[in-house]
Amino acid sequence: MSTSKSKTKAKAKHDVKAKAKSKSKSKSMKSSKIRFEIDGKECTAKPGQTIVEAARDNGVYIPVLCWYEGMEPAGICRMCMVKVGGRTMPGCTTPVAEGMIIESDVPELEDMRKAMVEMLFVEGNHLCPTCEKSGNCDLQALGYRYRMMVPRFPYQFPLRLVDATYTKIMIDNNRCVQCRRCIRGITTKDGRHVFAMTKRSGKSTIVADRELEAKISDALAKKAMDQCPVGAILKKETGFALPIGRRKYDKAPIGTEVHK
Amino acid sequence: MGRKITIEPVTRVEGHGKVTILLDDSGNVSQSRFHIVEFRGFERFVQGRPYWEMPVLTQRLCGICPVSHHLAAAKATDVIVGAGTGEGLTPTGEKMRRLMHYGQMFQSHSLHFFHLASPDLLFGIDADPAIRNVIGVAMKHKDLAVQGVMMRKFGQEIIRATAGKKIHGTGAIPGGINKNLSLKERDEFLKGADPLNIDKMIQWAQAALDFFKGYHSKNRSMIDNFAVFPSNHLSLVRKDGGLDLYHGVLRAVSPEGKKILNDVDYQDYYNHIGEEVRNWSYMKFPYIKSLGKKNGWYTVGPLARLNTCDFIPTPLAQKEFETYKAYTGGKPNNSTMHMHWARLIETLHAAEMIRELLLDKDLQGTKLTAKGAKLREGVGLIEAPRGTLFHHYKINDQDQVIMANLIVSTTNNNEPMNQAVAYVAKSEFTGKPEITEGMMNSVEVAIRAYDPCLSCATHAIGSMPLEMALCGPDGKIIDVKRKQG
Ligand code: SF4
Ligand code: FES
Repeated sequence: MSTSKSKTKAKAKHDVKAKAKSKSKSKSMKSSKIRFEIDGKECTAKPGQTIVEAARDNGVYIPVLCWYEGMEPAGICRMCMVKVGGRTMPGCTTPVAEGMIIESDVPELEDMRKAMVEMLFVEGNHLCPTCEKSGNCDLQALGYRYRMMVPRFPYQFPLRLVDATYTKIMIDNNRCVQCRRCIRGITTKDGRHVFAMTKRSGKSTIVADRELEAKISDALAKKAMDQCPVGAILKKETGFALPIGRRKYDKAPIGTEVHK
Repeated sequence: MGRKITIEPVTRVEGHGKVTILLDDSGNVSQSRFHIVEFRGFERFVQGRPYWEMPVLTQRLCGICPVSHHLAAAKATDVIVGAGTGEGLTPTGEKMRRLMHYGQMFQSHSLHFFHLASPDLLFGIDADPAIRNVIGVAMKHKDLAVQGVMMRKFGQEIIRATAGKKIHGTGAIPGGINKNLSLKERDEFLKGADPLNIDKMIQWAQAALDFFKGYHSKNRSMIDNFAVFPSNHLSLVRKDGGLDLYHGVLRAVSPEGKKILNDVDYQDYYNHIGEEVRNWSYMKFPYIKSLGKKNGWYTVGPLARLNTCDFIPTPLAQKEFETYKAYTGGKPNNSTMHMHWARLIETLHAAEMIRELLLDKDLQGTKLTAKGAKLREGVGLIEAPRGTLFHHYKINDQDQVIMANLIVSTTNNNEPMNQAVAYVAKSEFTGKPEITEGMMNSVEVAIRAYDPCLSCATHAIGSMPLEMALCGPDGKIIDVKRKQG
C-alpha cells in the first residue's frame, strides 16, 4: 500500500477516534461505527457488515446478482466487484474495515460488470420476450442498466432442459445463472434444503429434492420463484398474472431502490 | 413447349411472396402458384414449454396482428384450465378481451385501408408505383393520411390499456385477463381530446366507408369485376347468426349461400377441416372435409364474415350491411375488391363495439379469472382481422405442450389467393411470353385485397417484396420481374 493511502487511512482512524470521544458522553453506541469512503462519499458501517450491505445502508448501490437481502452471501457471480486499495474484491463477502477507501462506480469496474452480464446472457438461453419473469428479472434489469444491446461474446446456445416433473414448480435450466440463491434461501421449517446442485462445471444443474418439493407450501414455492433472479424456478401456473406496469422493474430500474 | 411466370416480391403486403405462372404447350396460362418463401416452425418450437406461456409466446409469430394470436392461444388455454370455451369467463375477463380484440381489429383494418389499399384506389392500379404508395397519399390527400394514423393510434392505445403494451402485451391469461380498465383509462377513450376519442373514431370510420362508396359509384366495373370467382366462405358467427369477431360457432356457406357447416362447435374443428400439404409451398391448404380437397377450399376474412353472418349487432354497421347485402341481392359476395368494402363495414362495427364496451361497468369489475377441472387439450378460435385463426394444443401431465396446431388466417386464404392470382394472370396475359407491368400490378392488387400477413402465414419475419416468374412446362424460367417491399 502506498504511503499516501496509509496516511489517509491513519487520518480516517484518527478522525473516528476524535468523533467517538466527543460524542461518547451522549451516545456510547456510536463509538462502534466504522467509517469508510465509497466513490468519495463518507459513510459509516456497523461492525461485521459487508461492503455491499454497508453501501446499501448509505444509499450507495453496488450491483449484485447472487447476493440477496437476508441470505448468507456466497460470492459466486462477481457482479459486486469493487476496488479497495487498488485490489478488486467481491463486495458481498468482504467486511468493511475502518478507513476503507472503496471504488465502485468507476468505468473500469462498470465495464467488467457489463461484460459479466453479457457473458451470462450468451452462456444460457435467455428469451426475455416470452419469459414470465420478464419485468421481475434481475438479469434482465441489469442488462437494461448496462444498456446491453448486443453481447460482445458469441452465443453458446447450450442444449438445456426444462424439468417439469416436479409437483409445485418447474425448473427451466435454460435460464439458470447458478447463483445458488435457491439452495441458500429455500429451506423447510425443520431447516432442510429443498434445492441442490448436481453434476460438475459446465454440466452442473439445479435439482430439487422430490419428496420435499412435493410437500412445500404454495408460499414457499412462490418464495423460490421470487428469489430466483431469473426465470429458472417457476411456480406452476403463475404465468403472466401480474400485468405490465405493476412488475418490479416497471416501476423503477434496478438499483434505484437503494441509490440516494 | 409450356412456360412458367413468377412474380416476386409483392409490395405493401406484410411478409414475402413469390408468384409463378406456368404456361402450357400452346403458350396459355395453365396454372399459377403463390409461394411463401420462409418458414418458422412455431408448432415445433413451442413443444415442451408450459401451456400458460402460449398466449405470450405464439403472438411472437407476428408483429402485425399479435393480439389475434394472443387471444386465440388464451382461448385455447381457457379450455385447458377448465374455464370452458367462450362462455366460461367472468364478465370482466371476457369483456376486457373483447375490448382488446376490437381495438386490434380497428387499428389493423385502418392500417390496411389507409396505408396499404387506399393508394390503389386514389391513384388507380395502373398508376406509377412511385406515387402509388402511402407517401403519395400523404402528399396528395393529407386529411386521409392523418385519419389513418390517428385511427391506428387509437386502436393501439386500446390494446395498450388492455394488454399492457401496444404490441406483444400479456393481458390475456388462461381463464381470463390480468387487469381491468380503470375509470381514468376509460375516460381517456370516451372523452379524449379531439380526435382521440371514440365518437370521432366512429365518425371517421363512417367517413372512410363513405369515401369507398363514392369511389365505387365512379369505378363500378373495376371494383365489381376485378378477380371475381366463386368460393366457399367460412367464419365464426354468434349463436344467433350475428357477426361476432371474438367468439362463436363455425359456419361455412357455398358460393350460392347454402350452409356447408351449420354452426358447429369448433372444439372438434378437425372433424370438419383438413389440411393438405403441396410439395411446392410451405403453407398448408385447408379444406372442408365434407367437400374434399379439390372443392373444399374456402375464403376467410371480412368478405367471408359478411357472407356467413345474418346481421351485424350494432346499428350503424347494420345499416351499411343492409346496403352491402342488397348490392348482391342477398347472395354471397365473391368480388375480390369488395373485401375492402366489407373491411370498412367491420371497422365501423369495431368502433361501435368499442363504445358499447367502454360504457359497460363490467370493465371495472375485479373478478378477472375463472377456473375449473383441468383438461389436457384445448382449441381456441378467433376472427382475426384477416380471418379465422385456429390454435390447438395438447399438454402432458406436467403442463408442457406436447402438440400444437396453428392454422392462421392467411393459410386459410391460401387457395383463394392462388385462385385470384390465376384469375388476374389469365386476364392480363397478352399471349407473349413476358411479364408486363399490368400483370405485375394486378397480381399485386389481387393479393393485397386479402391483406395477407405472409410473415405469420409461414411463420416468417420480414417485409414483403414479390418476385414473379414465367415458366414453361419444363419448369424453365422464361422471364423474371422483381419488386421491392
Ligand atoms: S435456479 Fe435460480 S436461484 Fe437457483 S441457482 Fe439457478 S438462477 Fe439461482
Ligand atoms: S453479488 Fe457478490 S459475488 Fe455475486
